Amino acid sequence: MDNCFEIKDLRKVYFSGENEINALRSVNLNIPSGEVVVLLGASGSGKSTFLNIIGGIDQPSSGHVLFKGKDLSIISASDLTLFRRKNIGFVFQSYNLVPSLTAIENVALVTEICDHPMEPIKALEAIGLTERANHFPSQLSGGEQQRVAIARAIAKRPEVLLCDEPTGALDSETGSIVLQALLDVNIEFNTTCIIITHNASIADLAHRVIHFVDGQVSRVEVNARRKTPEQINW
Amino acid sequence: MIVTPLNRKLTRDLWNIKGLVIAIVLVMAAGIAIFVIMFGVLDSLRLTQSTYYDRYQFGDVFASLKRAPNSLESRIANIKGVSVSEVRVTFGVTLQMPSLDEPAVGKMISIPDGKEPRLNQLYLRSGRMVYPNETNAIVVDENFFNAHELVLGDKVMVVMNGRLRPLRVVGVALSPEYVYSVAPGAIMPDARRYAIMWTSRHQLEAAANMKGAFNDVSLKLNRGVCVADVKQSLDLLLEPYGGKNAYGRDEQLSNFFVDNELMQLESMGVIAPFVFLAVAAFLVNIVMSRQVAVQREQIGMLKAVGYSDKAIAFHFLQWVYILVFFASIIGLGLGSWMAMGMTKMYAEFFHFPILKYHFSVEVMIFAVASCSAAAMLGTLFSIRKAVNLPPAEAMRPESPEVFKRTLLEKMGFHRHLSFLSRIILRQIERRPLRVLLSITGMALALAILIFSYFMEDSMSYLMDVQYDLIQREDVNIAFAEPQSKTVLESVKAIPGVMAVEPMRTVPVRLTSGHINKNVAITALQSGSDLRRVINQQLRAEVLPDQGMVINERLAGLLNVNIGDALQVHLLEGSQTTLSIPVVALTKEYIGMGGYMELHVLSQLLDQPPKLNGALIRLDDNHSARVFQEIKRHPEIIGMNITSVLRQIFMDIMAENILKMVSINILFASLISFGVIYNTARIALSERGRELASLRVLGLTRKEVSYLLFGELGLVTLLAIPLGIYLGFLMIDAMAVSLDSELYRIPTYVSNQTLGLSTVIMLVCSLLSFYLVWYQVEKIDLVSAQKGVE
Repeated sequence: MDNCFEIKDLRKVYFSGENEINALRSVNLNIPSGEVVVLLGASGSGKSTFLNIIGGIDQPSSGHVLFKGKDLSIISASDLTLFRRKNIGFVFQSYNLVPSLTAIENVALVTEICDHPMEPIKALEAIGLTERANHFPSQLSGGEQQRVAIARAIAKRPEVLLCDEPTGALDSETGSIVLQALLDVNIEFNTTCIIITHNASIADLAHRVIHFVDGQVSRVEVNARRKTPEQINW
Repeated sequence: MIVTPLNRKLTRDLWNIKGLVIAIVLVMAAGIAIFVIMFGVLDSLRLTQSTYYDRYQFGDVFASLKRAPNSLESRIANIKGVSVSEVRVTFGVTLQMPSLDEPAVGKMISIPDGKEPRLNQLYLRSGRMVYPNETNAIVVDENFFNAHELVLGDKVMVVMNGRLRPLRVVGVALSPEYVYSVAPGAIMPDARRYAIMWTSRHQLEAAANMKGAFNDVSLKLNRGVCVADVKQSLDLLLEPYGGKNAYGRDEQLSNFFVDNELMQLESMGVIAPFVFLAVAAFLVNIVMSRQVAVQREQIGMLKAVGYSDKAIAFHFLQWVYILVFFASIIGLGLGSWMAMGMTKMYAEFFHFPILKYHFSVEVMIFAVASCSAAAMLGTLFSIRKAVNLPPAEAMRPESPEVFKRTLLEKMGFHRHLSFLSRIILRQIERRPLRVLLSITGMALALAILIFSYFMEDSMSYLMDVQYDLIQREDVNIAFAEPQSKTVLESVKAIPGVMAVEPMRTVPVRLTSGHINKNVAITALQSGSDLRRVINQQLRAEVLPDQGMVINERLAGLLNVNIGDALQVHLLEGSQTTLSIPVVALTKEYIGMGGYMELHVLSQLLDQPPKLNGALIRLDDNHSARVFQEIKRHPEIIGMNITSVLRQIFMDIMAENILKMVSINILFASLISFGVIYNTARIALSERGRELASLRVLGLTRKEVSYLLFGELGLVTLLAIPLGIYLGFLMIDAMAVSLDSELYRIPTYVSNQTLGLSTVIMLVCSLLSFYLVWYQVEKIDLVSAQKGVE
């Protein structure tokens, strides 16, 4: 199987006042295309920093991130924007929808700027929200807002879906609907899904689980048998 | 101040938004400074003026007459209400100055032999006064002395009663009576071509054939006396002696000009401070409401741990106090400093020999208090919002803002709009008040710019109408006595004179009902081309063969219209009263009077056609020769060169009004910049997260900036028509407040002014956009992920 990402000796150092914080200390990793990958780790273990760097919204201090063989750590800021535009779909814990656009307009905002997108309504259909298409974010529940965010992320048919705590703000029932939506996207469009979570049980859904400890990958597990969202214990 | 944790928080919070703080402090300081400057300069100038008038015994009532015996003086002194009276001899002369091709004109005024004048005393700048009975010695007005770079002891060649006499300059003086010295027929002072000279009564009586007689009266009145009554009594006494019309200080030309200048300064100056304070209030409002929004969770926490509502309200009020504090220091300091400089400049312009500064503490307190009030007003809602937040709610992040489809979309326009444009429109519709305030702030800045540049437009328009359409002669001359028309032939014979036309002016009193007005009627020959009468559409009117044409302003004052008859009382010669119909109205910005055809006037006067002035068109190459020739004619007592009048007018404008204008322009640019920069910065801060998410989704910096600047751009564009409208309102208000019998301000604004003002505003906008665009680059994409600010 092709590698979607190849990570070589990735390091990230922050300076907070006079303190030097090593968010990532030499991460080496391959992430195959088309898998569902869960990043697990305590707060401050470096998983969010890792996700931000491979998603092209943060720069590494040193090391290389190869996306399908292309080195992201040496391209310009505008190329990085193009990279995000074409290849990456983001789902945030805090949804980050544009409050002044309706659900379908939030999706269309992204489909307008990329090459072979889905119809916005099809993206909403994929996550079961067609009937809420013309509602503004203020008229939607948290779960619904998150599903709109997923629809927005998948509408451009990205290679990769990066999700930072997508169910963090949701109850278990809504959380499971959101997770199912992500798995559906993975199967239907062969999208690589990389999901950060605190919830270890979500790891049972993944093809591959990567554990972060103190800015390093401590181990990588491959699930022989994956569970469905209904089967996991919240 | 005790350094409590809240105070520490305050200083650090302020430090974090130092760019905004500086912008607001500067706008507030500008408001306070302009306040202090305007009132400081006006108060100081008024104090200087009144001190000068008091100290040098400036008269209250004045009159001139043909000739009266000295014995009349005691009767004048006995008029009820008169405290001091003085009679003088004055005499119009021409001067031949080596540095001028054309003759200069002058006025000689007598001073009592061997004693100080009782009224209208002189401030001797250098040299000495004229000795009693000293002949051929004069004290010269400082303006003229300086304009010709004279030195004490120089001789000035003066034509008096047809005889050329060298007079020695023994002293240089200033007089409260001639703060402004304006030659007869001119509308602006011209120090090079108009001299005021004082000499001994004895000498002037002899030169002017006024032995034992006088032709000029000044009176000082007791406090509280009715000026009109005294004028009436004086007119009654002087009428048999050719007394033309007594006038008070308000009609005294020099004083009228000074007052007019001060009024003009005032009307230019009072609008600006209020605009600044309004803008400061607006800026404080947007910054404070933003701070409360940003600090929502902190406020919740503070309340949760036990800080009272009062403590929190006080905390936010302190922000305002600190801003006002710094603005006051800068504003008062800068304002006082600039006011002193400007007072000095104006005092020099008016040639006040003394200079009094007056910075009233009340004005300063008022400026700071207005500024505080404006800032408080701007903060009040935000503070209330902060205080009213229940702690638990405050600590939760705000739920998404509620948006609706805009009116345009409901009307079906949305298909034509991109999503980014929809975001912009919905933002605007969601906060109409904020947008309206932003538009108003910018519109005010534009209005001040237009208002400031308008002065120059208006003046050059006035000049164009006056000197291209009405007064088209190159030179006009005045004769001492009425001449027969044959004199035109001899003028025309002078080489270089291309055309000559006659002119006759007659002083008259016009009466309609109970309203009287003393003006001059100018009579021109039919089809006169060098001097024309223009109608309200600025087209030349042919003078009718009966009746008279009057200025529309005069018609308004006398409450007459075309077809009405006026009682015209001649103030010279036969002194008869005639009833003459008004047959047309004329448009003029300068002066006020009537026009008649020369023959019609002659018939009314029952005289053969005579003239006391001539209008001349010159061959430019020979003008010097013509002036030399005119100099040689003693019967010519006055001469005005149109190009010189025009130049003087523009010079005075440049020296006086335009300085105030440049200050206004500076401050208006500051406002434009302040409003737009702050609005853009706040918008960036409010929507930073949204913009960051969009960046993460793959929108480019350009697209994200469109979102931000699209709204601001729209605000800027909408501000343009409103600004132009407000500018015109300010201009109309000013034109009405400055409307006087001497001149009217045309409310003419050139396209160039509109364009330039708009460009300045747009440049300020673009500069702010650029600075904010620079910040867009620095949006933290990672923080958007985390969902915190």
